[in-house]
Amino acid sequence: MFTAPLVRSGAAISLAVTILLTTPVAAADEVNVYSYRQPFLIKPMFDLFTKETGIEVNTVFAKKGLVERLESEGANSPADLIFTVDVGNLSSAVEAGVTQSVSSDTLAANIPAEFRDQDGHWFGLTNRARIIVTSKERVPEGEITSYEDLAKPMYEGRICTRSGKHVYMNALFASMIAHHGEEDARAWLTGLKDNLARAPQGNDRAQVKAISEGECDIAIINSYYMGAMQTNEEQFEWAASVNIVFPNQSDRGTHMNIAGMSLTAASPNKENAVKLMEFLSSDLAQAMYAEQNHEYPVNQSVQPSALVRSWGEFDHDPLPLSELVEHRVTASKMVDEVGYDG
Amino acid sequence: MATPALTAGPAVALARRPKHSSRRSGWLLFCVVTAALVCLPILAVAWLALNPSENIWPHLVRTVLPTYLFNTIVLMIGVAVGTLCIGVSTAWFVTHYQFPGRRIFAWALLLPFAVPAYVIAHVYTDLLEFAGPVQSFLRDVFGWQRANDYYFPPIRSLGGAISMLVLVLYPYVYLLARAAFLEQSASILEAAQALGLSRTERLFRIALPMARPAIAVGLAMALMETLNDFGTVDYFAVRTLTAGLYDVWLGMGNLGGGAQIACLILLFVLCLVGLEKFSRRAQSHVQSSNTRCKAFERVSLQGRQATLAVLLCGLPIVLGFIIPSVVLLRYSIIYFDVSWNADFLEIAWNSIFLSSMAALCAVCIGLLLSYSKRMLNHRALNAAVQVSSLGYAIPGVVLAIGIMIPFANFDNWLDAQMREYFGISTGLLLSGSVGILVFAYTVRFLAVAHGGLDASMKKISPHMDDAARSLGHSSLGIISRVHLPLMRSGILTAALVVFVDGMKELPATLVLRPFNFDTLATQVYQFASDELIGESALFSLLIVLVGLLPVILLSMTIDGARSGARSGARSGARSGASSGTRSK
Repeated sequence: MFTAPLVRSGAAISLAVTILLTTPVAAADEVNVYSYRQPFLIKPMFDLFTKETGIEVNTVFAKKGLVERLESEGANSPADLIFTVDVGNLSSAVEAGVTQSVSSDTLAANIPAEFRDQDGHWFGLTNRARIIVTSKERVPEGEITSYEDLAKPMYEGRICTRSGKHVYMNALFASMIAHHGEEDARAWLTGLKDNLARAPQGNDRAQVKAISEGECDIAIINSYYMGAMQTNEEQFEWAASVNIVFPNQSDRGTHMNIAGMSLTAASPNKENAVKLMEFLSSDLAQAMYAEQNHEYPVNQSVQPSALVRSWGEFDHDPLPLSELVEHRVTASKMVDEVGYDG
Repeated sequence: MATPALTAGPAVALARRPKHSSRRSGWLLFCVVTAALVCLPILAVAWLALNPSENIWPHLVRTVLPTYLFNTIVLMIGVAVGTLCIGVSTAWFVTHYQFPGRRIFAWALLLPFAVPAYVIAHVYTDLLEFAGPVQSFLRDVFGWQRANDYYFPPIRSLGGAISMLVLVLYPYVYLLARAAFLEQSASILEAAQALGLSRTERLFRIALPMARPAIAVGLAMALMETLNDFGTVDYFAVRTLTAGLYDVWLGMGNLGGGAQIACLILLFVLCLVGLEKFSRRAQSHVQSSNTRCKAFERVSLQGRQATLAVLLCGLPIVLGFIIPSVVLLRYSIIYFDVSWNADFLEIAWNSIFLSSMAALCAVCIGLLLSYSKRMLNHRALNAAVQVSSLGYAIPGVVLAIGIMIPFANFDNWLDAQMREYFGISTGLLLSGSVGILVFAYTVRFLAVAHGGLDASMKKISPHMDDAARSLGHSSLGIISRVHLPLMRSGILTAALVVFVDGMKELPATLVLRPFNFDTLATQVYQFASDELIGESALFSLLIVLVGLLPVILLSMTIDGARSGARSGARSGARSGASSGTRSK
């Protein structure tokens, strides 16, 4: 009475499994993307690409493990492109040997050399500035002008950041190491840590919220979070409670990071993949990125959104992105050494 | 890798023991292959651990390891104490006492199980943080202005993480404790009563020790889930070993080092399992089935005692289920336009299909393994079974990598063979398919199924087998006519628990799935990963709703098993012209 239905459903299910077990055969006109970026942020551009070219874009989104998946799949991997939100993950992919070089005149024309790999293994798509925001009420305008200022004892118990292990913080710390050397960077990081108002937690948005609530006065965030909050009904107030500071305008400029893409070594739809890369660097797609996500376009002929422009112009740190990669493990260990995350 | 060695072991043993019949050895081989297959991902993780890009331990020991260990241990102790207190006490009350709402509490206490830990963490942060409604209300009432004006326990803390995990994990303990209490013979408790033991003494000296193996299984599940949890501890900025694992892997680009931390976590689990086994080495509980049918009377609680019982059983439900559901519902309505997805039906189907397949596979394999343990008692096989149920304690993404490596290797090997001999390319046959996801879920949740099945299998006395065999039943006959009917509720329990766990599964699904494939959990994550709790609420709510049905079914099954026993007892009582099993 118990086994009979089990056997019957077992037979039906094993049939279903046989059908579903194997990977579906690839359609002709498509391009396959592994993305560290949330789908809802890139889907509008992909949809437009499909509309214009008839090429379907298939995605798998995850925040971890996609490089490892590419590695294990090897030469038979179905993926054509990998998208990341920072240069560190791009270089992990390159180091793992799962990318290949692309030489495209369109890409070279659209993306300045500083935002792409010399050997063509990765290309930046958008730029984000790591800015400082300060409470309008409690920090006089112009008091803080650089990342270095944040280590001053006068800010004890007033700074909020996300985890020092996050790629955005890691890249900033790596840039400090690149500019100041390990020893000075460590002293700076210790000073910053001593000034924290609370154990690092939450994402960048949560830090601004904390300022508006009075938990802290100063935070370090990615620029587009300001845009996201300024255009959100509920979060508008948080954004309104802070001033934006583009740090280090009197010296090296503000630290920047890229979101970018790489062509995979095994790409089965290489032609389509390069088409998609070129499309994403085009004026049209870059303008969409700029409007929708409030990031800085890498394509210099495209302007940032009106909202982003209203924050003012600034100089960015010309440090080659490869330097961030070079120091990232040192930066990560330094976070442990000074006990940044508590 | 290590698999050939594993299969070779028993093969050698077989050669040495010719007395095995060929059918028996065939079965043994089948069991060993299954166990080896399930162990494969865990062995792959161990293999990764052998190849770190640098030795991370000097750095870790010098800096953050003490913090990781401290947080991990405190988290585990906290979750253990919390789940035991809530799970065992509520199970005892709904089983042995009568109070208003008892029948509803009996199943409603399982509801928090349907709420994913990462979701409840978001919900309570939203409620209890500085800007949340609770603190705002307090500020309004007392006229406080800033955060420094008063003390409020921070939700994003070790204590917060413990509370959240306890709220969603206590049902494991409750479920198994209740089943164990229900199965306990009334006559033993009556004997204890006749010997003058008070009710409390009966709980602590008779019922608890007898239910201990089952409670231990429930606790082990709760703790393994605690160990593999990343969502909650990460959100609360509690640095545990799991957080350290991800940091070494991603922050320092050292997957091998991360795998070493995973092995350290497994060592924790092995210690726990070993400790439990050691502590009850002298005990063995075989339920004698003839006394099983005798039901005990529930004691009716009145007045203040009844109120206390209602509070005790109601609070976990309110905190673990009702409050999160209300918050999610509110957000779902506000953000409906943003989060609604036209592919909703397909997404829900993906979740349900995967979870059901996982439940089926995990139960079948779990049955096979605990059965082979009972019948064959082969040392290598037993060891493999032990290893295979460790998958639950490994953080999902790491286990997923352990799965993709052997699968992709197999696919690539097959492809090369097919190209060479037949000139056709099979590409990646299994990697990136739904099949690999089913396998991943099975491996991940095998411990959940296996633990429960093993516990219910152990309760069947070997004498039953002997009796059935002496009546001329074959092994298969014993399974289908004796064991399966007796284990019916155990099997359904295992299947439904795996199903609900499957609905919540996130990390392995994310990284192993085919293109354009979404489950309810991945939909939640697309927003929740950027702390957009409002936008993620709709699909969180759907996970909870879909998880409700099995939870209710589960409870009905347990009650059904019980009432079946009761009606037997009642008819026996009627024939004896006396009635007294009913309590009102």
